[in-house]
Amino acid sequence: MQAIEAHTGRMAPLRRNDVDTDQIIPSDFCRRLTKTGFEDGLFAGWRADPDFVLNREPYASATVLVAQRNFGSGSSRETAVWALRDWGFAAVIAESFGDIFQRNAGKNALLAVALGADAVGALLDHATERPDAEITVDLLDRQVRSEVGVWDFAIEDRARWLMLNGLDEIAVTLGRDAAIRAHEAARPPWLPRTAAPTRAVPVP
Amino acid sequence: MSDSGTLVEKIWQQHVVDDGDGQDLLYIDLHLIHEASSSQAFDGLRLAGRQVRRSDLTLAVEDHNVPTDTLAVTDPISREQLGALRASCAREGIELLRHGDARQGIVHVVAPELGLVQPGMTITCGDSHTSTHGAFGALALGVGTTDVEHVLATQTLALPRPRTMAVDFTGVPGAEVTAKDLMLRMLAEVGANGAHGYVIEYRGEAVRRLSMEGRMTMCNLSIEAGARAGMVAPDDTTFAYLEATPRRPTGSHWDDALAYWRTLRSDDDARFDRVLTLDVGAASRYVTWGTNPGQAVSLDGAVPDPSEFADPGQRAAAQRALHYMGLQPGTLMRDVAIDVVFIGSCTNSRIEDLRVAADVLRGRRVADGVEMLVVPGSMEIRAQAEREGLHQVFLEAGASWRFSGCSMCLGMNADRIKGASRCASTSNRNYEGRQGPRARTHLVSPAVAAATAVAGTLAAPGDLN
Repeated sequence: MQAIEAHTGRMAPLRRNDVDTDQIIPSDFCRRLTKTGFEDGLFAGWRADPDFVLNREPYASATVLVAQRNFGSGSSRETAVWALRDWGFAAVIAESFGDIFQRNAGKNALLAVALGADAVGALLDHATERPDAEITVDLLDRQVRSEVGVWDFAIEDRARWLMLNGLDEIAVTLGRDAAIRAHEAARPPWLPRTAAPTRAVPVP
Repeated sequence: MSDSGTLVEKIWQQHVVDDGDGQDLLYIDLHLIHEASSSQAFDGLRLAGRQVRRSDLTLAVEDHNVPTDTLAVTDPISREQLGALRASCAREGIELLRHGDARQGIVHVVAPELGLVQPGMTITCGDSHTSTHGAFGALALGVGTTDVEHVLATQTLALPRPRTMAVDFTGVPGAEVTAKDLMLRMLAEVGANGAHGYVIEYRGEAVRRLSMEGRMTMCNLSIEAGARAGMVAPDDTTFAYLEATPRRPTGSHWDDALAYWRTLRSDDDARFDRVLTLDVGAASRYVTWGTNPGQAVSLDGAVPDPSEFADPGQRAAAQRALHYMGLQPGTLMRDVAIDVVFIGSCTNSRIEDLRVAADVLRGRRVADGVEMLVVPGSMEIRAQAEREGLHQVFLEAGASWRFSGCSMCLGMNADRIKGASRCASTSNRNYEGRQGPRARTHLVSPAVAAATAVAGTLAAPGDLN
């Protein structure tokens, strides 16, 4: 993962609650085998409306998305994070996030930062009145800074550490292999195992 | 989490491999994978020169992207996705239940059916409805593709400790009120974000009386309240279900497992971070009217007026939802005409669901102009239903009887709703475009789905002549 300390950019205001990941990227775009190139699927349904915020400049080229409560709820599809990233977003600010989405964001250097409703409201108004205004999301200082306010945000220490250092989490975990082996040796014998695989069969 | 013993805390402690860097590294007892969220994870492994650590704790199933009207896959993108899973499983030595296999089905239906989901286990899958498996008193977490890769490589996940929440259902509702209705009732109360960050334990007589199928429906819908997981403590209902599964522990292992499973309950003095008490003694059948599962109302009720919502965010959401759904405030739910009825999905596609639906449809016909799909949750359920003659009931009523898969739940495979048609669906999400680009979804129980198919409007079985 690419390391990230802070991001500064313009905002796109999305004044909605409960933006589920099916809206962020419809299922049809989730059939690909790749990990990049999902920008065409981002809000594909909503972008059919010419008035949708991402169809208008300067919002279309903004890099910080601001939404309200429960952004990224629903499906666990990581393509939602990839689509936001591929479109050009580096950060999402919302009142709260779907748990799986926020976790996925952290694995892909997309800053997903929760602020209080007042702060989000102020940022939405600011982005609407001053489309060219810039905002800084600072992971190192755990702080969002804009002309209309400065707010601290909370983030899990481990997620922050992985992002700041751009670490390969699997490599980190494999460094604890002895502990994993010790646990495996002590697992109860009744726990189920799956069956041996059968030979490869082509898709009919 | 508190120091005392809730069920989730006990399971959590049993699985902590290491708590070295601020989060607990948790061992995963069973990793379920499917074609739609795993291919990039396998690619990542291969690019890093890594292998699957425990193929013997991994089960792959083809479900999201398979057709249900044929066992031949003609869609090129589906073929590619399934082919990638087949190649990865062959290379890594992972058991795969392929489209057409006698044991294939929806991953969250198949794994419990085989007996691979047992009390006290930790389970992950790259799918949000992994919460289903909490019905067995297991901790089951939905994850994204990067975490799928992490579990494939290490059989662990580093996780923050969850907050705990008890949902206590008090009162015992009438027999017609199903797990689906109880959950839509809960979602209407707390909203699509109401259990954000919590692991829920469902308790109360109304839960104890549920079959394992009902408990799976209940836990399945936990994610729709924003919960990390949902659970029901195991009891004799759980053990009896497991005893009939092909891959349960046997011999002395069964006795040892059972003795352990019986200890898996929250202590009487265990403290939850939050307790929600819901009186369901007078609960009724529930249906959704909007575009998230929290926008639900009694079938006896009407489409709400957005102005009734005090919260401006909820009000705006209700306005948007009614516009999308093409509904007017005050319209009785029973007056809402339906074009399509879908019985299926990891929420409601099990044998009990099909029996309930067949009981309603027996001797009746699907209304003119209504299309009805019945998609069993697994090929085993399909075979069981055919042994019981349920398929004849569906076919004689005019419904389409399908092979197994996720089907019309998610608009990924060929089973999609065309245009702005309106669907009564036993699935889990009524989001905009979920079942097709302009589809309008009403979430319902299997009984309501079947009655609706006959009436042509949202209906309960008792409404039929």
